[in-house]
Amino acid sequence: MTLALPAETSPTPQDRHTLEVDHLDVAYTVRGNDRLTLRDISFRIGQQESFGLVGESGCGKSTTVQAITRYLPRNGRVTAGSITMGGRDVMSMGPEGLRRLRAREVSVVYQEPGRALNPSMRIGRQVAEVFEIMGSPRKEAMERAGHALRTVQIADPGRVIRAYPHQLSGGMLQRVVIAMAIAVEPSLLVLDEPTTALDATVEAEVLDLVSGLREQFNTAVLFISHNLAVIAKMCDRVGVMYAGEIVEQGAAQEVFDDPRHPYTVGLLRCVPRRGHRKDHDRLDSIPGFLPSPGEVPTGCVFATRCALADDRCRSETPAMEDVGGARASRCFKHEEAPALPRATPADVAMRSGRTSSEPVIRVEHVSKTYSARGESVRALVDVNLELYPGETLGVVGESGCGKTTLARVLLGLTAPDEGSVVEISGQRVAPTAARRGRDELRLLQIVFQNPDAALNRRHSVRHIVGRTLTKLAGLDGEEREERLIDIVRSVRMEPRHLPMRPAQLSGGLKQRVAIARAFAGQPAVLVCDEPTSALDVSVQAAILNLLVDLQSREQVTYVFISHDLGVVRYLSDRIAVLYLGRIMEYGPAESVFAGPHHPYTEALLSAVPTLDGTGRERIRLEGDIPSPADPPSGCVFHTRCPRRLADGTCETVEPPLREVEPGKVMRCHLPLDELGRLEEQGASSRSSDDRGHEVGPHAVDHDVEVVGGLDP
Amino acid sequence: MGKYLLERLGLAVLTLVLLSMIVFVAGQVLPGNPGRAILGHFASQSAVAALNRQLGLDKPLPVQYWDWISRFAQGNLGRSYQYSAPVSQFLWPALGRSLELAVVAFVIVVPLSILGGVTAALNRGKAIDRIISIAGLSLATVPEFVSGIVLIVIFAIELEWLPVDAQSQGSFFTVLPSLILPAIALVFVLFGYIARMARAGTVEALDSDYVRTATLKGLPRRTVVFRHVLRNSLLPTITVIATQTGYLIGGLVVIETLFNYQGIGRLIYDAALSKDFPMLEAGILVIGVVYLLATLIADVLYTVLNPRLRLQGAE
Repeated sequence: MTLALPAETSPTPQDRHTLEVDHLDVAYTVRGNDRLTLRDISFRIGQQESFGLVGESGCGKSTTVQAITRYLPRNGRVTAGSITMGGRDVMSMGPEGLRRLRAREVSVVYQEPGRALNPSMRIGRQVAEVFEIMGSPRKEAMERAGHALRTVQIADPGRVIRAYPHQLSGGMLQRVVIAMAIAVEPSLLVLDEPTTALDATVEAEVLDLVSGLREQFNTAVLFISHNLAVIAKMCDRVGVMYAGEIVEQGAAQEVFDDPRHPYTVGLLRCVPRRGHRKDHDRLDSIPGFLPSPGEVPTGCVFATRCALADDRCRSETPAMEDVGGARASRCFKHEEAPALPRATPADVAMRSGRTSSEPVIRVEHVSKTYSARGESVRALVDVNLELYPGETLGVVGESGCGKTTLARVLLGLTAPDEGSVVEISGQRVAPTAARRGRDELRLLQIVFQNPDAALNRRHSVRHIVGRTLTKLAGLDGEEREERLIDIVRSVRMEPRHLPMRPAQLSGGLKQRVAIARAFAGQPAVLVCDEPTSALDVSVQAAILNLLVDLQSREQVTYVFISHDLGVVRYLSDRIAVLYLGRIMEYGPAESVFAGPHHPYTEALLSAVPTLDGTGRERIRLEGDIPSPADPPSGCVFHTRCPRRLADGTCETVEPPLREVEPGKVMRCHLPLDELGRLEEQGASSRSSDDRGHEVGPHAVDHDVEVVGGLDP
Repeated sequence: MGKYLLERLGLAVLTLVLLSMIVFVAGQVLPGNPGRAILGHFASQSAVAALNRQLGLDKPLPVQYWDWISRFAQGNLGRSYQYSAPVSQFLWPALGRSLELAVVAFVIVVPLSILGGVTAALNRGKAIDRIISIAGLSLATVPEFVSGIVLIVIFAIELEWLPVDAQSQGSFFTVLPSLILPAIALVFVLFGYIARMARAGTVEALDSDYVRTATLKGLPRRTVVFRHVLRNSLLPTITVIATQTGYLIGGLVVIETLFNYQGIGRLIYDAALSKDFPMLEAGILVIGVVYLLATLIADVLYTVLNPRLRLQGAE
């Protein structure tokens, strides 16, 4: 794996750069007005160096990539500055020069591999095109395409070459795109959020592949991501972007260990880290909002959200200033930045965990079988769960594992198979919401991933929340109005937001409305289906804090579905790990994260990149998730399990869920002492974390694990 | 793919049966007495009744329908009241002539409108895009009897380049010059719509991620457009063209009348005027079959060109 090396020891020849971007400004013309979207962007990438750009949505990362490849949207143009690649000025190139540059010098890999390939051409042809441009005859190009696919270690290249894009999984498609990108051995490989659309296990494989190829081909890399940990893992140097500017730049490890811009400091504090839990740590957040696009504030772009800002920051624009060690920060107060006051108090006084011995929700033998085209797909297989008031159950697993089906069954949106039992507060509820009474509906509510899609655009906030109060809480008149204002305040919104429609609110505010709506009926259980996955990390932190506060006040039980293990770990009291509709491991959160782990849990945990860059031994999973229509025999995980038994038991006998520790069950044949424990050093890391808190609440821990991202 | 196409075929047959029922019932509901229509005002009441009996018009409706449809399926389209001769004797030649006109219109409109749409998309926002879009839309809003008359006035009467009447007799090539004007009137109506679809599909493809991939691979613009854009962008256009076939055949009524051309549209028009039900019913059914065939061909083409559909269920 690639370690982030400090700039001075990196093997980069300082005299020649693969890419030089100098004082670049990009503007978009919107309704006749120029909106400056990128301001004064400067960075260099040396030969074989990897440089990362990190930032929240709307910061200009992707616009930077588009400018470098001269693929800006039709209304965008470079208004100042220069881009030089391999010593040649990119901006002054004619169409033929540009074409040759794209063919030979620079390759780009984007976020959605499924959309990056032509749906009506076979994979082989698309890869071969790259060689045809270089002058290979068609037949030879096809052969070289086959070779290129083998370079990216794709399973069954013979089949892939004849396949159409829709026949391959996301991970395989991204390998194909990478194969095309790397095939001509470009001097610069640009990766724009290459793993954001992929599952964590697949992401880990793709990142490994990119690291390996980098070593093999000596390619310089520009890596764009919202995910700090991914950047830390992949890059030598990093630029942190905010509102169209690079606000801090330097060796990745130094920037993340000792940030010198208040934005970087704030960002790092928003992310839940290993050892942080809802009951004793509170995430910090960044107050305020990103300036709207094209708005050029006088002074520092971050001043309106910065607790350190003074009059100078608001009137004078700071330049990129050397802060020592080849690092630069666009801040007058970079020395004080690490001591940025918290926006949210660090201490929490909260009750947490079980307060009652009666489970509020009980799920017994819940299965769900879908039938489609003569095949039956078992989306959930005999799931048993018990949750107590005020607890959070984290549900994790790769896409297609049954997380969402479980949520839908609980809510009655999907009827489970015969014999499934869902009990709420001791009462068995009807299988479908249509047959549930008002009280049963009130007790179970949901917050969806995408508030844009979940809220009716035509309704005002007052209508959205008020309707639930009328329908579920049975309130009207003045009582309803009082409660309405109460709820809106409890999600940290103002009565002035009441007449607004969703379109007038930011993503974070919209999600608050969705939460307010869910809480309006005073539910006992709230199902949160990836509630923060569509949000930026600073917004996510505020929403997570809100959920924690509401839980501690109302003793609501959360069923929290997420692919982000960092977030799940921060919030959850119990964890259920699902694979192909089956619970593979279920138990108290601490114990599930501490191990010994089910091999699948172990793989999930080890796939998550860490900010410290040292990286644990990664557990590789072979291949893709099998089709739920045709699950493997025996243990459903055996096809990908690195620890399967040599005697063939795993292939033939499905292991039962057995209790391995009090309250923790696992579906595995292996004896406990043969299972992995990822965090044997966990104890020490936790103590260093505690030490961090003794030093001062503002210190940034050196041994931290940052998972999760800034934006979707 | 086979299953999908079988489904479409089944649907087409069902549609045809429904259409035949509607046509038949409509024929019964329309005012007018066939016997009286054939024999004229001065025939005796008993002679009219005898003729109606002979025509089978006294039997219950379902029986009449069954007799009619089973004869129809065997290729016997019935006898025209108007001409006292088999319908097929008039219908098939008329259909042939209409198809000739339709083919001429299609040969002009399809390449022209696709070229127009694609050109507009490739020059999005520029003057040529505006011109093509506005011209297409304006032409589509002008009824064909207006544009037809304008064409006749300009090209046939003033310039005398082309004949006023479309000739119905003679080989395809001898009548071709007289088909150009009516074809152009049809082209005017169809151009805007097809060009619009072609433009929309091309714009969507141009904005797609795979075209970005292809461009950033360093492919020449020409290759990007022909290999990556057009194949994906013209798929939806095929369906549009096929549905326009139906319109075209129906729209022929006006054009054929205007240009005095003995096609199926003109035939149906005359049949309706003289209450010649067998001719009318047969004509409408035949147009229905042509329409369904066209959509079926479009479905097949679409399936063959779209790997997602082609490979469905094949794995």
